[in-house]
Amino acid sequence: MALNYDGVIEKYEPTLGLEVHVELNTNTKMFCGCATAFGAEPNTQTCPVCLGLPGSLPVVNEVAIESAIRIGLALNCSIAPFSRFARKNYFYPDMPKDFQISQYDEPICVDGFLDVEIDTDEGVKTFRVEIERVHMEEDTGKSLHVGGSTGRIHGAEYSLLDYNRAGIPLMEIVTKMIPGTEKYAPQVARAYVTELRDILRSLGVSDVKMEQGSLRCDANVSLSPRGSGKLGTRSETKNVNSLRSVERAIHGEMIRQGNLLENGERIIQETRHFLEESGETRPGRSKETAEDYRYFQEPDLVPVAPDATWIEEIRASLPERPSVRRKRLQVEWAVPDKEMTAMINAELLDTVEATVKLGADPTKARTWWLGEISRVANEKEVEATSLMNPAQVAEIILLVSSGELTDKLARAVVEGVIAGEGSPRDVIEKRGLKVVSDDSALMAAIEAAIATQPDTAQRVRDGNIPAAGALIGAVMKATGGQADAARVRELLLQHLGQ
Amino acid sequence: MASALANKDVSAVDLANEHFARIEEVDGEVHAFLYLDKEGALSQAKSVDEKRAAGEKLGPLAGVPLALKDVMAQKGIPTTCGSKILEGWRPPYDATVVTRLKDAGIVILGKTNMDEFAMGSSTENSAYGPTHNPWDLTRIPGGSGGGSSASLAAFEAPLAIGTDTGGSIRQPAAVTGTVGVKPTYGAVSRYGLVAFSSSLDQAGPCARTVLDAALLHEVIAGHDGKDSSSINAPVPAVVAAAKKLDVKGMKIGVIKELGGEGFQKGVSERFNEALEELVKAGAEIVEVSCPNFEYALAAYYLIAPSEASSNLARFDSMRYGLRVGDDGSRGAEEVMSLTRQAGFGKEVKRRIILGTYALSSGYYDAYYGSAQRVRTLIMRDYEAAFAKADVLVSPTAPTTAFKIGEKADDPVAMYLNDIATIPVNMAGIGGMSLPCGLAPEDGLPVGFQIMSPAMKDDLMYQVGGTLEAALNAKWGSTLISQAPALGAK
Amino acid sequence: MAAISRDEVAHLARLARIEMSSDELDHLASELDQILHAVDRVQEAAKDDVPPTSHPLPLKNVTRPDVVVPSLTPQDALSGAPASDEQRFKVPQILGDAE
Repeated sequence: MALNYDGVIEKYEPTLGLEVHVELNTNTKMFCGCATAFGAEPNTQTCPVCLGLPGSLPVVNEVAIESAIRIGLALNCSIAPFSRFARKNYFYPDMPKDFQISQYDEPICVDGFLDVEIDTDEGVKTFRVEIERVHMEEDTGKSLHVGGSTGRIHGAEYSLLDYNRAGIPLMEIVTKMIPGTEKYAPQVARAYVTELRDILRSLGVSDVKMEQGSLRCDANVSLSPRGSGKLGTRSETKNVNSLRSVERAIHGEMIRQGNLLENGERIIQETRHFLEESGETRPGRSKETAEDYRYFQEPDLVPVAPDATWIEEIRASLPERPSVRRKRLQVEWAVPDKEMTAMINAELLDTVEATVKLGADPTKARTWWLGEISRVANEKEVEATSLMNPAQVAEIILLVSSGELTDKLARAVVEGVIAGEGSPRDVIEKRGLKVVSDDSALMAAIEAAIATQPDTAQRVRDGNIPAAGALIGAVMKATGGQADAARVRELLLQHLGQ
Repeated sequence: MASALANKDVSAVDLANEHFARIEEVDGEVHAFLYLDKEGALSQAKSVDEKRAAGEKLGPLAGVPLALKDVMAQKGIPTTCGSKILEGWRPPYDATVVTRLKDAGIVILGKTNMDEFAMGSSTENSAYGPTHNPWDLTRIPGGSGGGSSASLAAFEAPLAIGTDTGGSIRQPAAVTGTVGVKPTYGAVSRYGLVAFSSSLDQAGPCARTVLDAALLHEVIAGHDGKDSSSINAPVPAVVAAAKKLDVKGMKIGVIKELGGEGFQKGVSERFNEALEELVKAGAEIVEVSCPNFEYALAAYYLIAPSEASSNLARFDSMRYGLRVGDDGSRGAEEVMSLTRQAGFGKEVKRRIILGTYALSSGYYDAYYGSAQRVRTLIMRDYEAAFAKADVLVSPTAPTTAFKIGEKADDPVAMYLNDIATIPVNMAGIGGMSLPCGLAPEDGLPVGFQIMSPAMKDDLMYQVGGTLEAALNAKWGSTLISQAPALGAK
Repeated sequence: MAAISRDEVAHLARLARIEMSSDELDHLASELDQILHAVDRVQEAAKDDVPPTSHPLPLKNVTRPDVVVPSLTPQDALSGAPASDEQRFKVPQILGDAE
């Protein structure tokens, strides 16, 4: 009988490990002055250095070092007073030198941590993910495989290589082994990568787009039989291209490994490839012999010894941590936990904040964005922010609070803006949606309503306030819903002696 | 020659043509050159002549011809590093050294022969056949830069550029009776120097006199932003030092371990006579001991091949160079392996495997790691020695030029040629070889090595220049004028 | 006692991507054996309290500004290529996944 996820968790404890590669958004490559702009024609952004031509030598990009330090500090790491580059030697056509310049036993940042929050059965819990190291390295070129039946790498006839991306600066962030996540391992993994992504974005060091490859995640997981005290063999899963995939990959791997172990089989330490469609993993190319990278210090580069004063300057200039910012906003805006989580998950926090900054009330801003606008966005299968912008929403909210629009009218304005009828003012003009607040106009409508419902009016005069509802309704209908309902009620009751 | 050019007694074009004629005359026997760039050289020469005629101020070496070791990238010119794997490769860029030579108006005649990827001490490891020593064509000209030194000794060029990782400039200079200098590590840019052992490689000037070498030194040395290991300090005044002709009060340290047993008798004799000249000129000889030097050779033969095994990995047929076996039935890995098998010579393969071994997991600490510690010990020995003396000296090589083929099958014997030159590279200091006579046994040139502390290259030029003048005075002529004339009379 | 076996040499040749014949492997094994015995002595010299030197110069923090510099033209970049197509380097089929 195959075990499902719960079945696996009952018998086994997971240990997690996450390796994230971040492409920096520097102007030039890690070791040479070639441009890094995306989408250039093949091999137009190469030079002797990033092509690895005989005689070429690397020179370190100063911004890459600063970015590495900023990332390390944001992750609570110690910055090594002395760190070195090393060569990782292996042969592959997308590597121009057939070695990668990376860092080995002397990385620039070590021993950090990141706290992430996840929803558990017992409420929101904080998990500390310990970070082993952050180090600098260079990216490879890109290969296109031509021929073969599927165009996939196996069965290709030949390959075409573009070295534009060779040498792009990469930061590798490696966690320590993460025990104790229990059944929440997939969520912890996802939350970690999400938080990491948000921090990197706030630092401005990368555009962190997983779908485009500027943020890459390798997920490692191993299972240990409960009570055995022995760590299991781990697998490494690559090709995890979205936050959701991080969660699914860990989930899927745990089930696969659990079932293998149940059948008495061994887990092979291997690299696996995540399959989007099924949520499962398949083995990567199996290697007969493990690769021996023969690491040694890069003799063409000198050590990096950042000045302590400079490190403190960087520390002082770090932006507010996303989690700190979220907590602050939650308090400022008095948002309940569940609503806060919803806003974060919908990735609308920044948008709501922008709207609030333009003068909108936070609760109203949140309600509009997560309510009506998101509803339409989901229907149309687009991003909420593609339908409207914070300025428009803020304007509408302010119009309501000033009384020029009612909530009902506001909804019609939103509809009009989304439909492309123009700005909120344009829509109001075109559709004639202004609130009728002119007392004389209202009185006219009120008197007309009383005239058509004299018995109801009398009931109100006699003290039956709720009966006024029918009269108010009639006025609203007569004004096409544009009367200020509250004002109508006020005037009506006043008029009827209440 | 430079003054003749400056005085317009001769044009650069004529000078270039004279040298090409000489090369044509003798290089069939010497085989110093792998490629001649007549077009480029004459175009450069013409440009220099035109500028001079127009009254422009030119550098001291403008219009002087030069031979370039084929390990330096020269744009559009075949650069083989003495290997089949780069046969026909034309770099799309110039090494920094080459740019500086061109900017100085120097006329690069062509590329010279060398041991494949600078691995060797005899130029017998070239995939294009050995170079022959002009003093005795049956003998080696030294290595790895045998082509450069031979071209000087055969009067095919007055200047040359070599590179030195374990003695590849100095040992050829010694056995060909010429001057060769390895500057302090980092003094000359390595950008464009095809790497053999990155922490040891250094390009340097080769010439027939100490002053010529100094002039060339000042052209090529200096900080380069493209080389992270480049020294960011002014070039020492080596030309002024070479002209000083004074060593009064200087302390010359003789390294006990680099001499005596294992050194040819005639070599030691000439070395000691040279020491006497220095004493006559007012210097004091002190004996120093560098006990860790006995491990230098072993450490070198772990460090250099290790770095080389990594540096040479890029020759995989994917982007440039030889490609073998790509008939559509083979994968990339197989084509890489077949190419490297066919393209690399025996010595290169031997060192790649040795280096791969020394770096591999399980062996790193015992081999590469230990060798790096020995390096520290050697640097400490030099530090202690330089506390007692201004410069240190030794014979450059243990023997004079041996016969071609004599040591080719005995790698360990071959490696011993570098025993006196290797410690200099290990410590990163400066080293020079200049001729100090012909060995009585065989009439072949003997080299005198001067070592100066890091960043103080001027000291070796000062002592070298003084010694050269003293010896020339003693002989009544320069040593090189006694070299066989070669070619048709 | 041999310092290095033929099998080890074969493994190293694979790591270094050099195809070697059986004879070559044998020959190389015995040559390397000699060399390794000669270089074994570094282990006696270097004790753990001696720090290793990877660099003769005391340089550090050599960097360059993050400013774009002209690249090679694609023609120059591809000038040495044994084969090329669509402005890319054409290489034999690559088996297996990237690292």
